[in-house]
Amino acid sequence: MSTFVLLTITGLGLGALYFLIASGLSLIYGLMGVLNFAHGAFLTVGAYALWFTESKLPGMAVLPRFLLGALAGLVAGGVFAALVELILIRPLYKRHIEQVLVTVGLGLSTTALVVAIWGNDARTVAAPAWLGKTTTVFGAHIPNDRWILIIAAIVVLIALNAFLKRTRYGLIIRAGVENRAMVTALGIDVRRAFTLVFAIGGVAAALAGVLSGVYFSTVDPARGTSLLIFAFIVVVIGGLGSLRGTAGAAVVVGLVQQYANYYASSGLGDLSVVLLLGLVLLARPSGLSRSFA
Amino acid sequence: MSSLLSVADLHVYLGESHILQGIEFDVSEGGVTALLGRNGVGKTTTLRALMGLVDRRGRITLTGEDVTATPTHKIVRRGVGYVPEDRDVFAGLTVDENLRLAERDTDPRYELVYDLFPELKQRGKQLAGTLSGGQQQMVAIARALLNDNRLLLVDEPTKGLAPLLVAEVARVLERVAELATVLLVEQNLGVVQRVARDAVVLDTGRVVHAGPARELLADKPLVHRLLGVGHA
Repeated sequence: MSTFVLLTITGLGLGALYFLIASGLSLIYGLMGVLNFAHGAFLTVGAYALWFTESKLPGMAVLPRFLLGALAGLVAGGVFAALVELILIRPLYKRHIEQVLVTVGLGLSTTALVVAIWGNDARTVAAPAWLGKTTTVFGAHIPNDRWILIIAAIVVLIALNAFLKRTRYGLIIRAGVENRAMVTALGIDVRRAFTLVFAIGGVAAALAGVLSGVYFSTVDPARGTSLLIFAFIVVVIGGLGSLRGTAGAAVVVGLVQQYANYYASSGLGDLSVVLLLGLVLLARPSGLSRSFA
Repeated sequence: MSSLLSVADLHVYLGESHILQGIEFDVSEGGVTALLGRNGVGKTTTLRALMGLVDRRGRITLTGEDVTATPTHKIVRRGVGYVPEDRDVFAGLTVDENLRLAERDTDPRYELVYDLFPELKQRGKQLAGTLSGGQQQMVAIARALLNDNRLLLVDEPTKGLAPLLVAEVARVLERVAELATVLLVEQNLGVVQRVARDAVVLDTGRVVHAGPARELLADKPLVHRLLGVGHA
């Protein structure tokens, strides 16, 4: 029982991490039709901004140092994403092949730049001691960082839902996902919404970068790329453009990965996720949900 | 009468097809100008080109200013409302949200909209995708009326509607024409006869006739030749 509980909470934590990355991907694709292969770079920027800020504040207590580092990570991720939209994506509006080439190139070059500046080695992240401890639930000793991941994902989901439902920009984004041309035909400059969605996606991915630093205790140059693959799988399973579908798919993918790794064979988790993707594509090519949150 | 909209040598290509082949016409201030023609001659493309929704070449002048290279949202902000052919309501948004999205003016004209379409007030919380065709048309027209537009581009508002609703739409168009200039694409010549002052006829991407609507519709052989229909 305790093993199952541990696997479940860990799977939910992993799913939460995937959701944080995938939510931005899904929003960006839903509104703009851009498959953003540079999304992992936003995570990398957030993670390294956390580590870099912490490394520049050696005398400070761990908690404020971590919080300042996390804040720097979120700001860096959001600003970087907004600049990517303004400088690289906007001139390539409607040119999907070029967008793919540019975003793939940016993803690869960001990793290469990080390696060139700070090397290939993983860098240790200092997090509050409580996060390294465990909480016992039904006999299972659950690492506390899992709870933080799950809570962060729930908060982001609620915040994004509230933003989409209750603000004018949310209304514009929901309408833009349905029919972008008609939104402009109502006199709305939809490009502002594009930049905003990129920035929001960048902040969420940077939060994933910060929390992955806590989860793995380190940051490394390849983290963004490796997690991005699973985030794409989550977005496709959840239905491109569907926030609710993305959240559900992230949970399923995280749990399947953990259960398969433990109950089937170690290392089978990744394969089982790809199999799940294949099954969903065969049964429901448009993903589990097409309705926007 | 002064010209509100002036179109000169307008060309539109969609893929390999040369849809609009240098059309030219003027729309005078006030009343309804009907844009007529058989299916596929470029009426809808003309409206989309005026809105900047398709790439176009030529010269489009709105109240004396060249808007040929102006992006869609800025054309709209110059006081142009658009009611598209297939209504294009946002199916996943409620009626209220569809209207709220269209708000541009500080004082949107909800009183006018609800006076014309009282049903929309009752159905405010209903998803627009669950409305009937006629109700969706009300939403589409209401979005354009919410702001104080000078020019309304209305594309086949009676398409697919029952005869009773067609008469209702014609009544609304008459009222709308008192508030703004309307460029109307319409296949129903009964509606055109009722509301239009001027008529422009397209054929294979070119203007083949322009003049008073009443004169055109009174000339049955001409109507038959240009539009391929017998006028009842």
